[in-house]
Amino acid sequence: MAAPKKAAAGAAQDKTDGGSPPEFTKEQELKAFREMLLIRRFEEKAGQLYGMGAIGGFCHLYIGQEAVVVGMQMALKLGDQVITGYRDHGHMLATGMEAKGVMAELTGRRGGYSKGKGGSMHMFSKEKHFYGGHGIVGAQVSLGTGLAFANHYRGNDNVSVAYFGDGAANQGQVYESFNMAELWKLPVIYVIENNRYAMGTSVSRASAQQDFSKRGASFNIPGLQVDGMDVRAVKAAGDEAAAWCRSGKGPMILEMQTYRYRGHSMSDPAKYRTREEVEKVRHDQDPIEQVRNRLLAAKVSEQDLKAIDAEVRDIVNASADFAQHDPEPEAAELWTDVYR
Amino acid sequence: MPIQVLMPALSPTMEKGNLAKWLKKEGETIKSGDVIAEIETDKATMEVEATDEGTLGKILIPEGTADVAVNTPIATILADGESAADLAKAAAPAKQEKAAESAPPAAAKAEAPAPKASEKAAPAPQAVAEPDPEVPAGTEMITQTIREALRDAMAEEMRRDPDVFVMGEEVAEYQGAYKVTQGLLQEFGAKRVIDTPITEHGFAGVGVGAAMTGLKPIVEFMTFNFAMQAIDQIINSAAKTLYMSGGQMGCSIVFRGPNGAAARVAAQHSQDYSAWYSSVPGLKVVAPFSAADYKGLLKAAIRDPNPVIFLENEMLYGHTGEVPKLDDFVIPIGKARIVRSGSHVTIISWSNGMSYALKAADELAKEGIEAEVIDLRTLRPMDTETLVNSVKKTGRAVTVEEGWAQSGVGAEIAARIMENAFDYLDAPVTRVSGKDVPMPYAANLEKLALPSVAEVVEAAKAVCYR
Repeated sequence: MAAPKKAAAGAAQDKTDGGSPPEFTKEQELKAFREMLLIRRFEEKAGQLYGMGAIGGFCHLYIGQEAVVVGMQMALKLGDQVITGYRDHGHMLATGMEAKGVMAELTGRRGGYSKGKGGSMHMFSKEKHFYGGHGIVGAQVSLGTGLAFANHYRGNDNVSVAYFGDGAANQGQVYESFNMAELWKLPVIYVIENNRYAMGTSVSRASAQQDFSKRGASFNIPGLQVDGMDVRAVKAAGDEAAAWCRSGKGPMILEMQTYRYRGHSMSDPAKYRTREEVEKVRHDQDPIEQVRNRLLAAKVSEQDLKAIDAEVRDIVNASADFAQHDPEPEAAELWTDVYR
Repeated sequence: MPIQVLMPALSPTMEKGNLAKWLKKEGETIKSGDVIAEIETDKATMEVEATDEGTLGKILIPEGTADVAVNTPIATILADGESAADLAKAAAPAKQEKAAESAPPAAAKAEAPAPKASEKAAPAPQAVAEPDPEVPAGTEMITQTIREALRDAMAEEMRRDPDVFVMGEEVAEYQGAYKVTQGLLQEFGAKRVIDTPITEHGFAGVGVGAAMTGLKPIVEFMTFNFAMQAIDQIINSAAKTLYMSGGQMGCSIVFRGPNGAAARVAAQHSQDYSAWYSSVPGLKVVAPFSAADYKGLLKAAIRDPNPVIFLENEMLYGHTGEVPKLDDFVIPIGKARIVRSGSHVTIISWSNGMSYALKAADELAKEGIEAEVIDLRTLRPMDTETLVNSVKKTGRAVTVEEGWAQSGVGAEIAARIMENAFDYLDAPVTRVSGKDVPMPYAANLEKLALPSVAEVVEAAKAVCYR
């Protein structure tokens, strides 16, 4: 057991300390570009609709973190499960759930993925193996471990991916889950999306151990620190973790170093960080710009990329249109789906 | 003076056990800490260590003796210089003194007029009057403890459906903290009978996650008191997901374990969660009393596509009752049962509360008051119809619960009766409940904190204006 763990730790060093991740093919770059752009445009639209009052309650945008879910999804195969917390729109789009259904759920309409009864934080798709959308910080980590338990129980070679943030990483049940996952060698990838702020509290003010890849150390779970702004690095780490899990070695932790451009939720004035800090990340590390620049360098034309943007905008606009015109759920829906 | 060795209690609820084996012979020297005998009950085996030094003078209870009452002298130890001739001196007076001094809680309980202990030896009182509508006439019955009925229910469902598995603390190798899962590991293996670390919040979440994929976990909590650490996963994840997903993603899972007061385990181990869970839409809540109901309802709970809270009672595990010998005995969730019919007052209870209710009905009958006793069995969905029909007949109702009165299940029953049978009531609905305090440890205070048969009798007489 010791040897492969060291290897994994060594790989982490390689990734953070130097060298670029493996190159993408042009097709992979284009796919990543399109998927990330879809999430970005979707979230921008959701922000607008929220401002217009069409979306109620809480709404947590994923802008800035797109490379994490898109890169991870590129490392998964059919039947692998995904579960996350409340900042979940990006994860749903990445698993292939339709923008229309997600947006209509945000507006609380009958065509939403949960018939309007779940809202931003509570959406699911059995078909796409997306297990939510959970509003209780950290709960998805135990649940995601349970998804892996089910794969193990059934003896298939699927893995589950449990996403959570640097804030959730301080919840007790995360460590209860780590313990069981390693004890029982469950195939679960714990993806810690370290966007540097748990609501308004920076990592340095909340975390005694700020290297989240080491959070599994006392359970012997290997971990990697990954540049979560580079979709290629994310996919490479996802590939490694998925292979580790599928080969029966148990769980792995991936700390994705990322950043959210927007506030914690729509009502966040973001007084805990400077405008300059946000601008610097946007300018230097934006995950979509990185891919765009590589594509342009690879002689993909500006026009081709604009065409992709236009296609994505059409999807998003259509989803917004649907979400504002689809009727609200019928009153009788109040009483359905409590029991089955 | 020779020292008497008394039959020890393995737990606060033990009243008798078997003397399995003597490890020392008469005449052998004994040092403090030596294991001198092994005793066993239906849920555990334990070694008896000598606390005194000397020579094993006489074995009073031979090995292989069953049902030795706690505090019975089982042997005498002779101190240095004493001989067999001194044994006579160790007779009755010493024995009684010692027994009285060190009487463990279980023995003290046996004298209580109220429930619990004294019924243990007797068959469970469910067969009192009314035949069980779920059992076809002429069905062969077998006598089982509730512990065995629960185990058989799980084993049968696990044989029937490979997606059913059991997880929890000490459920596998230890055979269950209360021996409810005895033998399951041997039959189904470690893949389906899973010992968890002590990590209630975590393993409840793991169970719910597995259930979301279609597996059917039975999650055992060593007691529901510990499930308070897991209640977020039970309610926020298990109970609400079907609704929040617009019907896409449900959760067929059973959370089971002992609930409420045991004996002398004090406030943190004695809480009744009936009211807590039964207030939550999305959950079903079952709290049976009789052995047959334990079996039939647990089978139904395992098959139910929804999350089910299955509240057991430690005091009842050793109770025996008649269980129908049927290949597939399943009792539908959501149906109360009239256990004893009567026309003067309706007494409504569930789980161990039924102990008080049935005894009170016996007492009341002696005074010419015929009580109708209803075992609710399921708290959610509640069988309002059966309650209301009974009250329409009797015009009076008393609820009995071990939990607290405020926002309790009795309060809910009273409201439903008021809403549905107000015009039939001849007296206000009256609640008998656990007292509004954390459970005390001292034996006398604990007794006072719980409901009693006398309180139920008094309440029933009050609503009958007697």
